[in-house]
Amino acid sequence: MRLHLSPEDQAFRDEMRTFFTTQVPQPIRDAVAAHRELTKDQFVEAQRVLDAAGLAVPHWPVEWGGRDWTPLQRHIWREEMQLASVPEPLAFNASMIGPVIATFGSQQQKERFLPATANLDIWWCQGFSEPDAGSDLASLRTSAVRDGDDWVVNGQKTWTTLGQHADWIFCLVRTDPTAEKRQRGISLLLFPMDTPGVTLRPIELLDGGFEVNEVFFEDVRVPAENLVGEENRGWDYAKFLLGNERVGIARIGSTKRMLIDAKEHAREITVNGAPLSEDPYTKARIAELENELLALELTALRVVANSTDGKPHPASSVLKLRGSELQQAATELLVDIAGPLSVASFGGADSDVPEWAQVSAPSYLNYRKVSIYGGSNEVQRTIIAGSILGL
Amino acid sequence: MEFSYDDEQNGLREAVRGLLGRAYADSEQRRAVVATDPGFDEKTWNRLAEMGLLGLPFAESDGGMGAGPVEVSIVAEEIGRVLAPEPFVETVVLAGGLVSDLGTDAQRAEVLGALAEGSLVPVFAHTEIGARWEPTARSVTATEDGGAWRLTGVKEPVPHGARADLLVVSAVADGATRLFLVQGDAEGLTRSGYRMHDGTRAAKVAFAGTPAQPLGDAGTDQAAAIEKAQARARVAYGHEALGAMETALTTTAEYLKTRKQFGVPLSKFQALTFRAADMYVSLELARSTVMWATLVVDADGDVVTAADRARLQVSRAGRHIGKEAIQLHGGIGVTAEYSVGHYTSRLTALDHLLGDGDWALARLARSVDQHETVDALG
Repeated sequence: MRLHLSPEDQAFRDEMRTFFTTQVPQPIRDAVAAHRELTKDQFVEAQRVLDAAGLAVPHWPVEWGGRDWTPLQRHIWREEMQLASVPEPLAFNASMIGPVIATFGSQQQKERFLPATANLDIWWCQGFSEPDAGSDLASLRTSAVRDGDDWVVNGQKTWTTLGQHADWIFCLVRTDPTAEKRQRGISLLLFPMDTPGVTLRPIELLDGGFEVNEVFFEDVRVPAENLVGEENRGWDYAKFLLGNERVGIARIGSTKRMLIDAKEHAREITVNGAPLSEDPYTKARIAELENELLALELTALRVVANSTDGKPHPASSVLKLRGSELQQAATELLVDIAGPLSVASFGGADSDVPEWAQVSAPSYLNYRKVSIYGGSNEVQRTIIAGSILGL
Repeated sequence: MEFSYDDEQNGLREAVRGLLGRAYADSEQRRAVVATDPGFDEKTWNRLAEMGLLGLPFAESDGGMGAGPVEVSIVAEEIGRVLAPEPFVETVVLAGGLVSDLGTDAQRAEVLGALAEGSLVPVFAHTEIGARWEPTARSVTATEDGGAWRLTGVKEPVPHGARADLLVVSAVADGATRLFLVQGDAEGLTRSGYRMHDGTRAAKVAFAGTPAQPLGDAGTDQAAAIEKAQARARVAYGHEALGAMETALTTTAEYLKTRKQFGVPLSKFQALTFRAADMYVSLELARSTVMWATLVVDADGDVVTAADRARLQVSRAGRHIGKEAIQLHGGIGVTAEYSVGHYTSRLTALDHLLGDGDWALARLARSVDQHETVDALG
């Protein structure tokens, strides 16, 4: 039991903080802090700055750009990145398909894809959910039928985040519709988004943004060599991938940044002649959120410190559940601080309403997603009740 | 940042769990013990002393074991796990802590040595009707006459105030809050004990010109020291609450698995299992915060703020888990014959003895604008 960071970890934290606050272009960090949609170029530029410094994929095998860090160092890396409003390396590349290819892919696939994936030369998107397969992912129906040296894919995916920027898709497809257990007949295919037969339809979200899409496949021919690992073992790879997706999903650094901003904005808003930041109820609300965030961060530190033997700590399931709730609570706080200004959502530069207040309600609405993606919070409760409490 | 216990600490936990597990193997044993005065078992008390637990945090030169707050936290958790009614936090952390911090060499040796041996039960008599969790005294006054001090006024409720052999009493002297030692058999001392809702005891303690000995240097205001000792006790109570919450949750989960209604175990109802999952979330978030607060005590950091943070988190978690544990059980949860309601009762007492969640939140809110962010690693 020890309170403070070791001198080495303290130095590591300082090094990360300095890098993130000085080496990543300020306009990109400003855009993240303002909850503006980033352009594709901004994502790519930020990730290449990180990759050049060896900070894009530290959790990968060392051979492919990983950094043999401790779990605590990885935690510090992620939290400092979020606190500095640095866009994280694209999750589809760095957290999802990269580790899957590094673990289950062929040598040829590793060489072809991993360096380009780390540097965001290839932008990946995720072909998992379908209109009738959300939390119940194993019921997916998109099919791939073998025809000579190709797989022929037909079906539809949905909620494909940032698919409009994607060069390639990693896609779960049913390759054995006769398998006794439906999890057994699924494979993982990789193919370019400009393959004939692939079409993409953007879905407008509540905040007016277009970050998710539907993707349709009509007789899409995918070379057999683009199947990852073994045929019909795709479910195992998907579970491995989703396990990685939940790492860092608590987004504590990002919520901390929102609370810092909320306090600052509360000083700019006047109520009955005094700053809102002096209102006792507002102060209590912020103080309680800060305390809950501290509890979550300490839980994350407990979890990372005790997962060195490879097994996830039971409390890790708390992170996604509570992390999403606190992200949402922070966006709600910002809307409430904006108050009557929060309706000037698309006022733009012509409006006198400050940008943070303009985007507050759209962000709040957009953030409803965080308790739904990455395994909905109901799925997390099912995991806690089942695998921890034995219910 | 390191949250794991070493082998010695794990060994201590095993030993304490073994001792208390035998003493309170089921809730009937506890019910029998708290049915009669003093509301705890003197034999178990002596066994705690024999194991060295009642002198755990005190210097070896004062008759203690020289252990730290982490060891204290382990004992408090095991106390809470079986709702052992023995006053560990009240005597060792609170009253003993004040004597350890402020006492003269002679006072420390006399009080702490006897406490460690199990022959002296000291408690802190501080609460006054009309005051809420402040570090200052208001209505009990101390006057000096030719070097002899006398106390007048009433303290209530004083946990274990009737059984105590020695009272550490806060009183107003010359406008300052100071601490005094009062012997249990002192003249002009009247005590009337009663049961608290959780089965343990409290008392009205009245002083009528009662002789008292200043604790340590009688010339200084000791409110800051009281604040700090109470902060450490808030953290230790947090661990007691963790033990209690954990048992309340595991008891509830077990009940959901075994109790059948509509022909199936209750665990088939997602409306119930999801609520149990939320109890687990509350428990683990509280655990992280309380463990951290103990590390702040260990490092002698900002103990008062850390204790407020732990108090807030444990208050919210204790209410959530305590209420849900009863509701998920159904009617049996509100009977005295079944264990789980007693856990809710003790959690409710722990929530109000040294400051509740809203009280801690109000204190944290006052300083919320004085920092940019709360740094767990700082």
